[in-house]
Amino acid sequence: MKAFLILEDGNVFEGSSIGAEREVISEIVFNTSMTGYLEVLTDPSYAGQAVVMTYPLIGNYGITPDMESKRPWPDGYIVRELSRMPSNFRCEGSIQDFLKKYDIPGIAGIDTRALTKILREKGTMNGMITTDENYNIEEIIPRLQAYTTGNVVDKVTCDTVRVLEGKGKKVALLDLGAKNNIAQSLNKRGCQVTIYPAHTPAEEILAAKPDGIMLSNGPGDPKECTAIIEEIKKLYASDTPIFAICLGHQLMALANGADTHKMKYGHRGGNHPVKDLKTGRVYISSQNHGYVVDTDTLDEKIAKPAFVNVNDGTNEGLEYVGKNIFTVQFHPEACPGPQDSAYLFDRFIEMMGGIK
Amino acid sequence: MPKNKDIKKVLVIGSGPIVIGQAAEFDYAGTQACRSLKEEGVEVVLVNSNPATIMTDKEIADEVYIEPLTASVLEQIILKEKPDSVLPTLGGQAGLNLGMELAESGFLEKHNVKLIGTTAETIFKAEDRQAFKDTMEKIGEPCAASQVVHNVEDGIKFTNTIGYPVVLRPAYTLGGSGGGIAHNEQELIDILTNGLRLSRVGEVLVERCIAGWKEIEYEVMRDANGNCITVCNMENIDPVGVHTGDSIVVAPSQTLGDKEYQMLRTSALNIISELNITGGCNVQYALKPDSFEYCVIEVNPRVSRSSALASKATGYPIAKVAAKIALGYTLDEIKNAITGKTYASFEPMLDYCVVKIPRLPFDKFITAKRTLTTQMKATGEVMSICNNFEGALMKAIRSLEQHVDSLMAYDFDKLTDKELEDELKIVDDRRIFCIAEALRRGISYEHIHEITQIDLWFIDKLAIIVEMEQALKTQELTVDLLKEAKRIEFPDKVIAELTGKTEDEIKQMRYANGITAVYKMVDTCAAEFKAATPYYYSVFGGENEAAETNPQKKVLVLGSGPIRIGQGIEFDYCSVHSTWAFKKEGFETIIINNNPETVSTDFDIADKLYFEPLTPEDVESIVNIEKPDGAVVQFGGQTAIKLTESLMKMGVKIYGTKAEDVDAAEDRELFDQILEQTKIPRAAGGTVFTAEEAKEVANRLGYPVLVRPSYVLGGQGMKIAYNDDEIEEFIDIINRIAQDHPILVDKYLQGKEIEVDAVCDGTDILIPGIMEHIERTGVHSGDSISVYPAPTISKEVKETLVEYTKRLAQALHVIGLINIQFIVMDGEVYVIEVNPRSSRTVPYISKVTGIPIVDLATKVIIGNTLKGMGYPTGLAPEADYIAIKMPVFSFEKLRGAEISLGPEMKSTGECLGIAKNFDEALYKAFLGAGVTLPKYKQMIMTVKDADKPEAVGVAKRFAALGYKIYATRSTAKYLQEHGVDALRVNKITQESPNVMDLILGHKIDLVIDTPTQGNGDKSRDGFLIRRNAIETGVYCITAMDTANALARSLETTNKTLTPVDIATVKNI
Repeated sequence: MKAFLILEDGNVFEGSSIGAEREVISEIVFNTSMTGYLEVLTDPSYAGQAVVMTYPLIGNYGITPDMESKRPWPDGYIVRELSRMPSNFRCEGSIQDFLKKYDIPGIAGIDTRALTKILREKGTMNGMITTDENYNIEEIIPRLQAYTTGNVVDKVTCDTVRVLEGKGKKVALLDLGAKNNIAQSLNKRGCQVTIYPAHTPAEEILAAKPDGIMLSNGPGDPKECTAIIEEIKKLYASDTPIFAICLGHQLMALANGADTHKMKYGHRGGNHPVKDLKTGRVYISSQNHGYVVDTDTLDEKIAKPAFVNVNDGTNEGLEYVGKNIFTVQFHPEACPGPQDSAYLFDRFIEMMGGIK
Repeated sequence: MPKNKDIKKVLVIGSGPIVIGQAAEFDYAGTQACRSLKEEGVEVVLVNSNPATIMTDKEIADEVYIEPLTASVLEQIILKEKPDSVLPTLGGQAGLNLGMELAESGFLEKHNVKLIGTTAETIFKAEDRQAFKDTMEKIGEPCAASQVVHNVEDGIKFTNTIGYPVVLRPAYTLGGSGGGIAHNEQELIDILTNGLRLSRVGEVLVERCIAGWKEIEYEVMRDANGNCITVCNMENIDPVGVHTGDSIVVAPSQTLGDKEYQMLRTSALNIISELNITGGCNVQYALKPDSFEYCVIEVNPRVSRSSALASKATGYPIAKVAAKIALGYTLDEIKNAITGKTYASFEPMLDYCVVKIPRLPFDKFITAKRTLTTQMKATGEVMSICNNFEGALMKAIRSLEQHVDSLMAYDFDKLTDKELEDELKIVDDRRIFCIAEALRRGISYEHIHEITQIDLWFIDKLAIIVEMEQALKTQELTVDLLKEAKRIEFPDKVIAELTGKTEDEIKQMRYANGITAVYKMVDTCAAEFKAATPYYYSVFGGENEAAETNPQKKVLVLGSGPIRIGQGIEFDYCSVHSTWAFKKEGFETIIINNNPETVSTDFDIADKLYFEPLTPEDVESIVNIEKPDGAVVQFGGQTAIKLTESLMKMGVKIYGTKAEDVDAAEDRELFDQILEQTKIPRAAGGTVFTAEEAKEVANRLGYPVLVRPSYVLGGQGMKIAYNDDEIEEFIDIINRIAQDHPILVDKYLQGKEIEVDAVCDGTDILIPGIMEHIERTGVHSGDSISVYPAPTISKEVKETLVEYTKRLAQALHVIGLINIQFIVMDGEVYVIEVNPRSSRTVPYISKVTGIPIVDLATKVIIGNTLKGMGYPTGLAPEADYIAIKMPVFSFEKLRGAEISLGPEMKSTGECLGIAKNFDEALYKAFLGAGVTLPKYKQMIMTVKDADKPEAVGVAKRFAALGYKIYATRSTAKYLQEHGVDALRVNKITQESPNVMDLILGHKIDLVIDTPTQGNGDKSRDGFLIRRNAIETGVYCITAMDTANALARSLETTNKTLTPVDIATVKNI
């Protein structure tokens, strides 16, 4: 069946329908990872967005147990070509069936490179995937312009508190849309990880006397998370060691008076170089963010940049002055992407007083 | 870390002659690195024995030594030039070994010279089998169970503990020479014995066989600050067991999930960090297809064939960055030249799929074993890029120029099902075509996978291509079907064949429906950043990114495709120099080529690079977009020449010599007319199509005759026939290759062979120098030892040669380059053949005369005259030194290949010996070719009757050198009768000890065996002697002239060699 991708700027791509056949409006973003399409699909940070894979051959190894959450989150999926025959020893099914099962609409067979260039030049924009050949572009464009992702953290966070048993440090993980491998990375290092829903009051978390608090990644505009920011202010004040990733990093900055802004087309992929300002070492990182902390708005008595993006000089991490708090914009938990910065989890454990 | 200011003058070691396993990729890497060093203000001293390379140009390095690559020569150059550093990581295994030798001997330390780019410790840890294993164990990286052995007994003992099959890998050899898989004790003994001998240190690794696992490679970079990145990973379609150089390779990996991908990536970074490599490194893995278990196969702590492929596949210039790192820069300080904005400290992201296919030499060596093993056999490779795998594969297949442009080839359709299944078990270069036929017959994916171990994903992709063949055959050709066929890159020609339409009808249908190729950019970043470098590949469907440019003048330079025997790196040299010359003249330059190993496909050589097959259809698609003012075909070898007619049909002007004049040189009748008109004699001959006609002509002329196809390069299919039977045989072989052109039969004249290259502007000619071959006619010019200036011909003959060259150039209206081969016999000059284009000898003669003839030819092509440019005409003044070009062969890599020299070219590369006198030059040339004699001072002679009188002289010379001479019965008898103290030895078929025992007993260092013609027992004996000599590392000579030359070289008493800086050579 034919499918169309209609962009806010009036560009239309014709391809064929994959996954669910329903119509969807979403923000369109691109990801440059060459492997890890399943981890991308199941990363809750994509809630409210339709994701374009720039690598043209997707689904080659099918669906494996490598899910980063319980389900796929993107509103739509845009690819050049889906492999008709997945091949891998762990393959449990095809991506085609997976998208259908979770009712995710998508489009294949379009010039994803041309689309990526539009997004690069004009910035992230909204779009619609539809199978309606008689679409009315005049009617659709205002709807696209009006679309906002809204507060998507509520959609992706867990409902109840969950514990991953461990004999080591007790970590409270605030699930803002956490990828599984954050908890796994800590748990693998012996930590007992208690996962809290995003709106858990700070008091409840602190009452459990965790050795450290982990703020996770998550979707959407950080400034929408006003209530959570208020709770994070209390966590900051508690003097508990804190490590934050991505949205968590942005929220901690907002909680401390800094500002964030939306980037033109964000960083999504597994090849972003980040420099540790202390050592000068550069690490290749996994990234997925459309917003960034504005370092100019940061009180340097409160926090100092710890990592910077080598390509565009944007902030990639902060170290809080006089506090056991550090936060990063990129994803040390990888999945998908390079594992180069996994050492940060060790650093967090050290910060909590080392391995018991 | 900024640049290390102490590094001011660097000696760069090149890789030497092109051999299988060490080819043009090192010229590409070396050239890029030298330019990168010079960009930083560093003075570059280059040493490489290979004159056909671009890196040995004086534009690339400041001081250039085309000298034998031995430690003692390098020491002399270091003493003379006093570099502060030596960079050994760009010259392949040869360069690395030399760097190691200089460091180990303490020479570098003594003279305060640093090894940069790597350390001796790193080389040792990566290259020494045991040290490598220990290092891997230390960091917990798994290697296949293995043991280093120094003798056969230990090998057997260890294998009995791990079980057969085992892989054998000799230490310190290139391209896996001498390696193999042993399935039983006899195979183990055979391979191990050979491997121990070939290894520089007499060391072979016996290893658990992991054949059938996925073979995955990572290209990794690291700087002194410890920053690491992976440039690219690659997956071999052929599982472990086939050398990666002989495998079809795809980038990035296709069947690895992120977990597998990252697991191996992390491992590669751990390894490069532990080895403390600063620069580039290649790590090869075997990954078990049904688990996460993996083994590290090997690590190359230097640029390699794979790094060249990775550079071209991603746009990331590994050699350039490696050179900057060697100077002390860190990755985040080095700009990404493709985007101009980002830095080298990132990982390229591809939004396309790359396929590499090796170019194997079995068309040249029809007796060689086609089986692919862990020992590399390919002479070159092609790469293609597309946004789908099927398309990339289809493009790569036709880029090979083997008269195959789809998966329907090699007559597998004629086999019975049983035969086909047996054929599937054979691992050779035709395997994918065999699989395609199996799919056509409905053999299941699983069964094919079971036999071949090739991943189901790739089998399914082949099935998609097969299904398209079927659809085109059986269905009506709708626009949608045509679109889909083009999307997966079916050429019009194949679609036409399958649909029963004409190629033109398909083209018209495409044009009418807007189905045309568009071009996408290789930008290292999947479009995330705007790219500054126009490096394109084609796809069907989508937006065209090839920016429209309307410069004053635009020229298309057609490259020479994959490196093969007969069309080597020389033509890339010519293409690149021509491109540079056009640039200097204000042209916008466009290169089309598909060879990832070459300089011409570096992203900053031409203004625009199209990485595409060189077929008429692919070229036309580019012409339609670029609309060049003209094209130049005379520099790209036969590949480019063959496109002339198509280009003219497209309305593209051919710069330089016109197509009809090229035809006149190739077409027998037209050429005879020209010879008549210019009054130049040639050997009598005739043009034929069939064996009957050939025999008729041959009998009229009298045997022996020279039989050869027209329009080929490197004497492909050329043979000397002595009787009717041989005519039958040769014509049959020639006709196995699609042959649209007639076959030439000429009287064979045995005389001195002379070769001339000249630039002609339509009126005047300039001959930089006359080259004389040491071997008489009958040995292909590319396989002959060539001497400049011609040492033994008279002034009168030289004048005749100049005059004939001028007449021929004028008669053929040559504008640009012309290459002529002559025979001089009894003071008479005959012409053998004329090629109105660049030739194999162009780089060599340019370098040794200092006359940049490609540059001049290019300027002539666009309207300049030689006189106008201030150049003299006629023959340039002769040099006051001797330069000798020595062919280099790769016979030991090709089991079963016939090594005897003849009219068909067999060498893979060449080296140069240059000196003030002939003897030193000759000695250097042999040394550069790796001939280091004497060792045991024992030799075997077995020559055909016709050569016996000459053999006496040769034998006497070697006897005087102290050689003990063994000879087979009749040769021994003849030698003894003529006063040579030769020892008779039994023939192969006779009882031991016989010839073979001597050879295999490592007591012999030289075999002189001139082959008997025909198919009798005698010639089979000779073949066995030659093969066994080659495979046991014994130097083997098959022409009396070569034997005399070697004797002369060994008679040279003065072994102190004086290095000559080629950059200072200037005759005009």
